[in-house]
Amino acid sequence: MSDMTDTGGPVLAADGTPLKRSLARALRRQKMRALMLIAPLLLFILISFILPVADMLYRSVQNGIVTETLPRSVVALADWDAKSGDLPSEAVFAAMAADLKEAAAAKTHTKVGTRLNYENPGISSLFRKTGRKAKKFDLENGGPWKEALIDINEGWGEPDNWRTIQTYSPPVTAGYFLNAVDMRVGPDGAEARPESEQIYMNLLKRTLWMSLTITVCCILLAYPVAWILANLPMRQANMLMILVLLPFWTSLLVRTSAWKILLQQQGVINDILVWIGLVDDSARLVIINNQFGTIVAMTHILLPFMILPMYSVMQTIPPTYLRAAKSLGATDWTAFWRVYFPQTVPGIGAGSILVFILAIGYYITPALVGGTKGTFISNQIAFHISSSLNWGLASALGAILLAVVLVLYWAYDKIVGIDNVKLG
Amino acid sequence: MAEAVTDDGFVVFDRVQKSYDGETLVVKDLNLSIAKGEFLTMLGPSGSGKTTCLMMLAGFETATHGDIRLGGQPINNIPPHKRGIGMVFQNYALFPHMTIAENLAFPLEVRKMGKSEREEKIKRALDMVEMGSFGGRRPSQLSGGQQQRVALARALVFEPELVLMDEPLGALDKQLREKMQFEITDLAHNLGITTVYVTHDQTEALTMSDNVAVFDDGRIQQLAPPDLLYEKPENSFVAQFIGENNTLEGVVTEIAGDTCVVRLDDGEELDATPINVSKVGERTKVSIRPERVEYNKERLQEGAHTLKAEVLEFIYMGDIFRTRLRVAGNDEFIIKTRNAPDVERLKPGQQIEIGWLPQDCRALDA
Repeated sequence: MSDMTDTGGPVLAADGTPLKRSLARALRRQKMRALMLIAPLLLFILISFILPVADMLYRSVQNGIVTETLPRSVVALADWDAKSGDLPSEAVFAAMAADLKEAAAAKTHTKVGTRLNYENPGISSLFRKTGRKAKKFDLENGGPWKEALIDINEGWGEPDNWRTIQTYSPPVTAGYFLNAVDMRVGPDGAEARPESEQIYMNLLKRTLWMSLTITVCCILLAYPVAWILANLPMRQANMLMILVLLPFWTSLLVRTSAWKILLQQQGVINDILVWIGLVDDSARLVIINNQFGTIVAMTHILLPFMILPMYSVMQTIPPTYLRAAKSLGATDWTAFWRVYFPQTVPGIGAGSILVFILAIGYYITPALVGGTKGTFISNQIAFHISSSLNWGLASALGAILLAVVLVLYWAYDKIVGIDNVKLG
Repeated sequence: MAEAVTDDGFVVFDRVQKSYDGETLVVKDLNLSIAKGEFLTMLGPSGSGKTTCLMMLAGFETATHGDIRLGGQPINNIPPHKRGIGMVFQNYALFPHMTIAENLAFPLEVRKMGKSEREEKIKRALDMVEMGSFGGRRPSQLSGGQQQRVALARALVFEPELVLMDEPLGALDKQLREKMQFEITDLAHNLGITTVYVTHDQTEALTMSDNVAVFDDGRIQQLAPPDLLYEKPENSFVAQFIGENNTLEGVVTEIAGDTCVVRLDDGEELDATPINVSKVGERTKVSIRPERVEYNKERLQEGAHTLKAEVLEFIYMGDIFRTRLRVAGNDEFIIKTRNAPDVERLKPGQQIEIGWLPQDCRALDA
């Protein structure tokens, strides 16, 4: 015993090993066991969430297809000065001919065309048409390739097309991101697109604005409900809670379609308004397939996500606070506003973050009831994923959306403090 | 039981009844008058109606029937915030999102008081409870006792004439509770405030109050100063509820002026003072405090009745001895003896005879 206590230096365990190492060993097994328990979930999240997200984020800047398909041309084009207005040299054309022959044999020439077409509409037909003849190119004896290629398609005679190929030859590009914020790479670097082609920034603004409106509507509607839930006797509160949760048991599609039936011009609401005489039969209200319809339907669908956090926060506020405030001389309103409301802010914050983030990325409801004016940026992303197959642009839009959410989250943390958020 | 209500009381409950469901009365015919500057405690088991009475006075519950008057004015229809009554809650109810100073400023702000006047009053109130340096803290940064002091300061800062306290010391540990008991009574008496204090802790009630109203079953069972309440309980509920008490059941066989004789169920007889019994043959519960029981025959009156008792347990508690006896079939008969050099220490199994002065033994309702 004495030799353990009297020696200086590290404290030793009973068997002589340093206590720290001994402790670490003892805890290691616990940690391993804990890790084993969460391993399936960790693996699942890694495979089904983190890796796909990382892959999509990478796609938003990935541009390997040009160098891979046209390796010789990319090298040859490196020295060409696009601003001179002249066509590239014969060597570049020869390299392009060789690349195209190879690409046509591997049938990858159309893919490059499609990729470059995102940046320069029309260029895909240049590749497609040239590709058809490229298989028969005689690389040894053919040429000069400048005339031959321009002969096949005069697009090769336009320096602009060559500039596009040169600009998008690096394996990593900012092109998708520029595209997503309505810009493009011009001869002098990044420039704004003409007004008629600007869609994404407006769409993003609209998405943010509508999500904000939906969040505010949810706060206004959910607050009284949550208050009633928190203050009713247990039995009635449970009953009401079931009503709040009822929408979760119904398909999202059904709920959205129900709004279509209610809101359309020949729908229930318009019929009632006409029947009462508030609205003339010839001037039925347009309340669906526009922003109004989207806001109404999404407010309804996201409402439970606002009620639940508010309710769980309100439940923890004892009624004695209100009584105390009144006994100190506060009117009902002052007691509410100065004492009760500030304590519910964490619930409002939690609900707002939840609803806003869900709303900003919402897809089904705006797609069904949004028409053209009430769609969100997510509908554009879906379009590029499944219809235009411009995954790079879709990824860039998604990354921007993610960045916006993170910035807002950061701002919220600065202003309100994330510690003030309570989900229950 | 209920004393005649005089109109000169500062706070008056006049035939007040309260029912929540329309079927049962929680408060039954309450009559109570509290003088200005009085410290009155409402004491009773939970569900006895004491908190309901306090809430009616504060304005959070409305009386189903009867008048509540404050300073001569009926206040039944005045909302709580206009009554100007200070209140201390069981869980303190300090607003968690405000600092201590902001908590104290709240009642002054809603009264539209100027800033300099406000600050002066806050400082005075905090100094009064020795919390002067805590103005900038949040309630969660204070201990229970400190929160209690702040709650007290907040209830007093707007200088109400009446302060209500709803089991304010319930959440504190024993030592702190005893300390706060003295501080609260000192403060109340020094400021001359009328205080209505609700508790279920009888020690608290006895040590703090000028008058104690013992509640049970929606009625005041007895309203008296602490010493009378303890020494002269008027019915067996009060005798049982306040302090430790021994009860023996029997029938009255003789009444002569201030004394009566009770024959216990096993045939033995004892002397008692008739309180709730009026005629021979009535059943009664006699009540005797453990410290008034004598087993030294020399101290008893000539010719006094004695009972046989067997010692079951002897507990040494330092300042006193606590002995459990079997008396007339009751195994829970307790006597307490002061630890003095000449006092005999009883042993389990020992047979003794016990007795008492007739005025210490009260024959109450059965």
